[in-house]
Amino acid sequence: MAHSVDEVLAGLAEIVEEVAGIPASSVLMDKSFTDDLDVDSLSMVEVVVAAEEKFGCKIPDDDVKNLVTVGDAVNYIVKAAH
Amino acid sequence: MSAPTHRKVVVTGLGAFTPLGGDVASTWAALLAGKSGVRTLTHDWTETIPVHFAAETAVDPSEVMDRVEARKLDRAEQFALIAAREAWKDAGAPEIHTERLGVVIASGIGGILSLLGSYDVYLEKGARRVSPHTVPMLMPNGPAAAVGLELKAQAGVHTPVSACASGSEGLGYAMEMIRSGRADVVVAGGTEAGVHPLPMAGFAAMMALSTRNDAPEKASRPYDKERDGFVLGEGAGVVVLESEEFAKARGARIYAELAGQGITSDGYHIAAPDPEGRGAARAMKMALADAGVAASDVVHLNAHATSTPAGDIAESLAIRGALGADTDHVAVSATKSMTGHLLGGAGAIESVFTILALHHRMAPPTINIENFDEEIKLNVVRDNPRPLPEGSIAALNNSFGFGGHNVALVFRSV
Repeated sequence: MAHSVDEVLAGLAEIVEEVAGIPASSVLMDKSFTDDLDVDSLSMVEVVVAAEEKFGCKIPDDDVKNLVTVGDAVNYIVKAAH
Repeated sequence: MSAPTHRKVVVTGLGAFTPLGGDVASTWAALLAGKSGVRTLTHDWTETIPVHFAAETAVDPSEVMDRVEARKLDRAEQFALIAAREAWKDAGAPEIHTERLGVVIASGIGGILSLLGSYDVYLEKGARRVSPHTVPMLMPNGPAAAVGLELKAQAGVHTPVSACASGSEGLGYAMEMIRSGRADVVVAGGTEAGVHPLPMAGFAAMMALSTRNDAPEKASRPYDKERDGFVLGEGAGVVVLESEEFAKARGARIYAELAGQGITSDGYHIAAPDPEGRGAARAMKMALADAGVAASDVVHLNAHATSTPAGDIAESLAIRGALGADTDHVAVSATKSMTGHLLGGAGAIESVFTILALHHRMAPPTINIENFDEEIKLNVVRDNPRPLPEGSIAALNNSFGFGGHNVALVFRSV
């Protein structure tokens, strides 16, 4: 199922708010998960698994290390869920 | 005994999160008022096990802990962290080099709610959905690690596990860290969160739990003829211990001295106490000798007294075996009559009570004794608190655990 960038960003922002307590409105494309959003490596696994479920895609562990910013993740999910 | 040559260890901070209150002040007030923290459970599984009640914490951790922080912490870790924060603040947040700061938080079972909850997730949804926080939440040293991380403690973070003696063993271990010079300040305590059908079914299968479903508040009744087992409780107690010279140098308020400890094992049975209480008596004697305290100086004793038929009698014999005729003037309190049995948290919260009893010169009551068991040869504080004498006084706290663990701690007034 295809998702727009805006849809994925909004969905991902909800997940980050749930996991890390960062207001969804602060979860922007240029934010770094680790440096800006208080998402450590363990919490990142939670974000990824929740995103897989929400968007019906697979994000292999090997690819997770490349998802540094929210934009990286959004673009990856848009492609993967296409 | 020659006078101890090691450094003196004093108590400068207290924290509690218990079935009687969300902090030390509310817990102590409820304890002196003789209130029971035991209630009928309202979980969807309550009716599936033979025992329908327990002593859950008076305050839910979600009321005092941030949601995002809480979701990475087991309930036992939440209790420990909340109590540790209170104790640290109460001690005046000592300024200390973190390499001289230690943490010892004991637990009997560890993060069993997280362990079982994660297993349910695995069975229902598969491995991919098991949280990456599962292991840090279920490991028994998780509460100690959580407190250690918060305070950045670097002198060592430890978790003794000796069933229901764990909490007292934690304080004893912390005392040794300070005595030996490994640390100047140690945050020490115990925590437990095991109100779940599996451990409760297990304890019930051992016939260790009271089944007084029609009167939960009356179920924990140490020394009463009709006692029929312990009542499961949950919560945490934490103290801040310091070397006396460190505490005095910073002008800290000192509640009491943790003066001695005695640790023995029964070598008798996995769950039943030695009927004559020999190992327990030896622990108390060792603790008094370690503290340089004579039996005649002991005015108060917080008993392990879980309200089991055999355990209460064995401890009574042990106390008389250790203190002899001096037993007659020792005000014995069985506070599990109000808190239930906090397992790995018990020795810690009961140490907090023992320290407060010395500090306020007031022994808390034992409730629910309607027909005193004459086999108990102790001077029990019943129904109402009892004032303790002025001058230099000492008190014992006993904790025993499945496996035959015996721990006695001696506290002395300052």
